[in-house]
Amino acid sequence: MARKPRPGLEATQTKGFLRAHKWLILRRLSQFGILGLFLLGPLAGIWIVKGNLAYSETLEVLPLTDPHVLLQAVMAGVVPHQDALIGVAIVVVIYMVLGGRVFCSWVCPVNLVTDLACCTRRMLDIRSSTQISRNSRYWMLGITLVLPLVTGSIVWELVNPVSMMFRGIVFGLGMAWLILVGIFLFDIFVSKEGWCGRVCPVGAFYSLLGSKSLVRVVAEDRDKCDDCMDCFEVCPEEQVIRPALKGADKGIGPVILSGNCTNCGRCIDVCAEDVFHFGSRFANEKPIAAKTEERPFVDAA
Amino acid sequence: MAGSGKGKGRGVNRRQFMGNLLRTACGVGLMGMGLGMYSRQASSLPAMAIRPPGAIPEDEFLGACIRCGLCVRDCPYDILMLGQLGDEVVAGTPYFTARTGPCEMCEDIPCIPACPTNALDHDLTDINESRMGLAVVVDQETCIAFLGLRCEVCFNVCPIRGEAISLDYQHNTRSGKHALFIPIVHSDACTGCGLCEKACILEEAAIKIFPTHLAKGELGKHYRIGWREKEKRGRALVTPDQEHQYNLPEGVRYDLQGKGLIIESENKGEELPVTSNPLDTLNRGFGEQ
Repeated sequence: MARKPRPGLEATQTKGFLRAHKWLILRRLSQFGILGLFLLGPLAGIWIVKGNLAYSETLEVLPLTDPHVLLQAVMAGVVPHQDALIGVAIVVVIYMVLGGRVFCSWVCPVNLVTDLACCTRRMLDIRSSTQISRNSRYWMLGITLVLPLVTGSIVWELVNPVSMMFRGIVFGLGMAWLILVGIFLFDIFVSKEGWCGRVCPVGAFYSLLGSKSLVRVVAEDRDKCDDCMDCFEVCPEEQVIRPALKGADKGIGPVILSGNCTNCGRCIDVCAEDVFHFGSRFANEKPIAAKTEERPFVDAA
Repeated sequence: MAGSGKGKGRGVNRRQFMGNLLRTACGVGLMGMGLGMYSRQASSLPAMAIRPPGAIPEDEFLGACIRCGLCVRDCPYDILMLGQLGDEVVAGTPYFTARTGPCEMCEDIPCIPACPTNALDHDLTDINESRMGLAVVVDQETCIAFLGLRCEVCFNVCPIRGEAISLDYQHNTRSGKHALFIPIVHSDACTGCGLCEKACILEEAAIKIFPTHLAKGELGKHYRIGWREKEKRGRALVTPDQEHQYNLPEGVRYDLQGKGLIIESENKGEELPVTSNPLDTLNRGFGEQ
């Protein structure tokens, strides 16, 4: 696999900077926007959203609950309050439509850390990588659900970097930055995409939640692919691209169906040939008339 | 099972498959064990951190609280904090410190309805029924009331004044002529709000809020307080009470729980074998004997 120091350079040259970074910019806006909304209260006294990613209330009416955290609480023997259940239902529906791991790439604050690590790794040209199975995260997910059952306490939330980083920024970080530095170094020196792609049980949960979700990246114009490998280089879950992009002669449809795809849209950005678009999972069923229109992508906030 | 995602999934034989599986299981299992043990260690709440009103017992609380911080946001006095990593309090769980910011005991208890998981019990609607902890007069050597000085600050700031903390008047043996105003906490009324600890005038408070299980003793289950049982039943439980017969000279009675020795007044004129007043003996003089 030929590695390029600057994947997406060609796309920037042919499409212009903005179009070649469209989804990346939107994604950062979403990530910082969500953090900003939560910070407006404590910093400026404007209470649009209260709480954090575990559970929040928007404008005093809209509850949103993290289904993974609530599931752990239920495993520990909790009967949630009605608001929490409504919040879970809303969140589950949102991610079943937009794609489960949209949480990972559009909401999760740790993504900023791991993206930075990935970027650093590429710039320093570090290739060594400890082989950690991408399935480890499902084992981790299992552990996070079994431990509350055994101990009666939400054990994973003692160390969960995802909730800890977000809560830390909104309520006070404490020593949690140590864990984030740890993840940053882990992703650079120990394993490529190590945290988000191999270990994180929160991501694993959303992978499963969104395994049948509607909005998908579709390699509609895969016949235009010129094998530049830029999409593989930027994709945090590169194994999900191959079947859709290269499966034409095996009769595999152009939709990226893996629940591990985070719908980050970076492959769409870096492709100079505009092979990829956002579409629906049903685009697979009419592979010839594959000219479905690009769906407007609503962010997950 | 394309385990590593590097495309070598096709040629995996049984040995490799089992190897990969066991390696992952081992790693994750070790991590889980470490987490489980860390959780036991981390779950001990330091005595000075008090949970918000309505918090269910600590071991259940750690399973129910999803660390959302809404109780913190809805506290009008901003006394609640979330534990941070590195604090002694479990990260993300709410607490307050009585000495710096006690619970102001809002009548509508806004922190409770904010809780989405009943970690703060929604059935608690009367703040006076909450039991966040228990105030304890921990140091009689420095509390100035015990020194005989007037203070009573804890008694006066107590929101359940007179019931949760009362003043017990005792004789000041040092001066011989003053009273001590000793604060006494009553666990049947104290909510553990911490206003007394905040108000204590000492450098280090002599009255402190402790978690109830640390502050309270507990009688053995088999203990029966005799006089209370008797009161409940209306009579003695074992054998019927028999009045004690005192073997005393005529005209003298003995009241066990009252006045003690009583010399009947009708017998005033007569010589008594015993008199309670030593002056009588002196006045009588020795010669008459």
